[in-house]
Amino acid sequence: MASEAIVETTPLLGRLSWAAIPADPIVHVTFAVVVLGGLAVLALLTKYKMWGYLWKEWFTTVDHKKIGIMYMILGLIMFLRGFADALMMRLQQAMAFGGSEGYLNAHHYDQIFTAHGVIMIFFVAMPMITGLMNYLVPLQIGARDVSFPFLNNFSFWMTTVGGVMVMASLFVGEFARTGWLAYPPLSGIGYSPGVGMDYYIWSLQIAGVGTTLSGINLIATIVKMRAPGMGIMKMPVFTWTSLCANVLIVASFPILTATLALLSADRYIGTNFFTNDFGGNPMMYVNLIWIWGHPEVYILILPLFGVFSEVASTFSSKRLFGYTSMVYATVCITVLSYLVWLHHFFTMGSGASVNSFFGITTMIISIPTGAKIFNWLFTMYRGRIRFELPMMWLIAFMLTFVLGGMTGVMLAVPPADFVLHNSLFLIAHFHNVIIGGVLFGLFAAINYWWPKAFGFKLDRKWGLVSFWCWVVGFWVAFAPLYVLGFMGVTRRMRVFDDPAYHIWFVIAAVGVVIIAVGILAMLIQFAVSIINRDKLRDETGDPWDGRTLEWATSSPPPAYNFAKTPIIHDTDSWADMKKRGYERPTKGFEAIHMPSNTGAGLIISVLAGICGMALIWYIWWLAAASFVAVIAVAIAHTFNYRRDYYIPVEEVVATEDARTHALAQLKAEG
Amino acid sequence: MSAAHAPINPDYVDAQGKPLWHPVHEPHLPEGHSTSLGFWMYLMSDCLIFAILFAVYAVIGGNYAAGPAPKDLFDLNLIAVNTAMLLFSSITYGFAMLAMMKGKIGQTLSWLAVTGLFGLAFLGIELYEFAHLIHLDATPQRSGFLSAFFFLVGTHGLHVTFGVIWLVTLMVQVKMKGLIPANRRRLMCLSMFWHFLDVIWIGVFTFVYLMGMLR
Repeated sequence: MASEAIVETTPLLGRLSWAAIPADPIVHVTFAVVVLGGLAVLALLTKYKMWGYLWKEWFTTVDHKKIGIMYMILGLIMFLRGFADALMMRLQQAMAFGGSEGYLNAHHYDQIFTAHGVIMIFFVAMPMITGLMNYLVPLQIGARDVSFPFLNNFSFWMTTVGGVMVMASLFVGEFARTGWLAYPPLSGIGYSPGVGMDYYIWSLQIAGVGTTLSGINLIATIVKMRAPGMGIMKMPVFTWTSLCANVLIVASFPILTATLALLSADRYIGTNFFTNDFGGNPMMYVNLIWIWGHPEVYILILPLFGVFSEVASTFSSKRLFGYTSMVYATVCITVLSYLVWLHHFFTMGSGASVNSFFGITTMIISIPTGAKIFNWLFTMYRGRIRFELPMMWLIAFMLTFVLGGMTGVMLAVPPADFVLHNSLFLIAHFHNVIIGGVLFGLFAAINYWWPKAFGFKLDRKWGLVSFWCWVVGFWVAFAPLYVLGFMGVTRRMRVFDDPAYHIWFVIAAVGVVIIAVGILAMLIQFAVSIINRDKLRDETGDPWDGRTLEWATSSPPPAYNFAKTPIIHDTDSWADMKKRGYERPTKGFEAIHMPSNTGAGLIISVLAGICGMALIWYIWWLAAASFVAVIAVAIAHTFNYRRDYYIPVEEVVATEDARTHALAQLKAEG
Repeated sequence: MSAAHAPINPDYVDAQGKPLWHPVHEPHLPEGHSTSLGFWMYLMSDCLIFAILFAVYAVIGGNYAAGPAPKDLFDLNLIAVNTAMLLFSSITYGFAMLAMMKGKIGQTLSWLAVTGLFGLAFLGIELYEFAHLIHLDATPQRSGFLSAFFFLVGTHGLHVTFGVIWLVTLMVQVKMKGLIPANRRRLMCLSMFWHFLDVIWIGVFTFVYLMGMLR
């Protein structure tokens, strides 16, 4: 039974009081900067009368492209926060030697490594891949929007509210100090009585609802809304990998939801699911969380495998080598990802047979993954390779990811894992695959599809600076961690005694500074490109000689994506259309049926956020009231039966004529 | 690659055998084209939540912590009545759907009302059972078994509660707008939800109550 934690509460404000503001100068300075920066942004928005525009065109939008862009912005902002955490950890570990305590106390340091993991996975990688899928999938399958446009907007806001709650924990109260998966009994009420764990639970629960719904939405879209002629084996590979990733989302996020619900029951009402006494079983939590957690890593990487497939074939100017084997490899990985979870805790002591089973399934996953690597290599082989930025990221990815995969196979051997478990070797391994795979993939995708989203290319020079700093910085930062892992250093340590480790931590810190330069260069790249957008402008809508449908329409695409729905004859449908001399239709347009905007998603999400905050702070009346409000607004929303409108034919004609004119002018200029 | 083109999709060629690139008229996806698929996927994700709760019950359902065991607590007669309530509610929901197919608003509403009453009866009996257990000091905090029991059965009950709220909402909407396609679709979704909860309850009844009495 849970130990009775003594908490001062008041009926009105629960356990919220002035004591909730952390007494830490680092936090105070950050808070001041955030408040001043936030006020400046709000003032600018008001001065330029942007509120109406933002509300009408962005916050309430159901357009999958705008929602996709908002997801990317959310991911980028959270990435800066997550990286700041990484920078602080590296500095602390490089300093805390020879009796020095470094500059972070244990209370602060433990929150930082937890927040870093939670933010990078849930609020950087997840929003970014969801954003990519949102933006691209309907375009790639020739659809006008997703199956459930309102749900799409709602999912985005739920994810955002989860992110806002994590950010709020920095300034009001604390975040969890348990590590990113919060194993009990450490995460139980006895050892983590503070609000940190509750911030963790409720931010993930709220964001998780959004993720599950967006998974359902995208599967339905891919299954139901493909253009005529696009059989399942004619879908672009990115759409295929998105389909598999979303199947994984729908089949794994409910497990996370249920597991966290049980943990919160332990914490709030004193049940005995994961306790050490009264018949609870903490190892059950570890099993459950990894039954979600392992598919999760494939949710992250699969869409990026799709990105790399598109990049490889476009910039090698030929179709993808082994389309069918690529699809089957993706499906194999999807299934296998459910059969390996126990490799995260071989040391639990399940016995030789169980460990061998999971060790072998883990090694088997490297077979379809290896097949993919060969497919990309054979796509490049005898292709007309153009070393544009996305292609460079592909090559960096292949070199980095293969090494990360190999260290993964090492960890899959249970006896080796007994030595390396929870060491910095593990940290180096998963950063090797997540940075080398997911992050490099995202950078390839951003450089590749930016011209589609905004109508101008990204600056190449700053892109190169960012590329080299990232790739070099990554290896300087993480190669030492492999070494330290072999030397026996465990993860999540704040201070060190053995001076032999020091030099490696210093090298790692230098690496992280190089990465910081890479991130700065990327931000400069965005800024420079936006400033020089007229010079970088692309009027054709197809700057890379692309092969899939999204390049068939203008950049940025009109709200309705395609004035006339395309018919698909071959896998790389846009390349096929170009080869057969397809001519863009210039007349015969019709009015287009579209979903209309709604603010209900934003309102429900904010109410859900209030409910979450009330639960964190034990403000029971507010939790009950906001929960009732969530239900009431959701019901009220169902009374709105008019959810669509027609874009009048005149507007379609005007938009398409403008494009016809622009293309003709481009041709005349030669 | 050689100049040979991939075969043209034979369903989309014009009279000369050349590929068609656009349909003559814009294909119009009917409203609600994805709803039943989407709702099925939601149900399956919900089913996973129950799967986890069943698994948890299987793992710690025997951990009584020197407290009461199923045999000391369960009253199968009461549970039989409770199960009957839920099963009857499924039948009456079926009648509501039949009335909907015939387009009879009044009949549909009446059967929905009966379904709702059966649902409330089920919830009433369940709450009585819970109150009785808590009165016996068999609280969710007492043991791993009781935590898992209350959570599995309670989550099902919570679903039924939301089903009843949804049912009342739909009754109001049918009353307001009639059996328009949107409302028919919603009734169909709730129908799936309601029968789904029945199936889950069969699992609860079998694994928790019946097999609990055997242990």
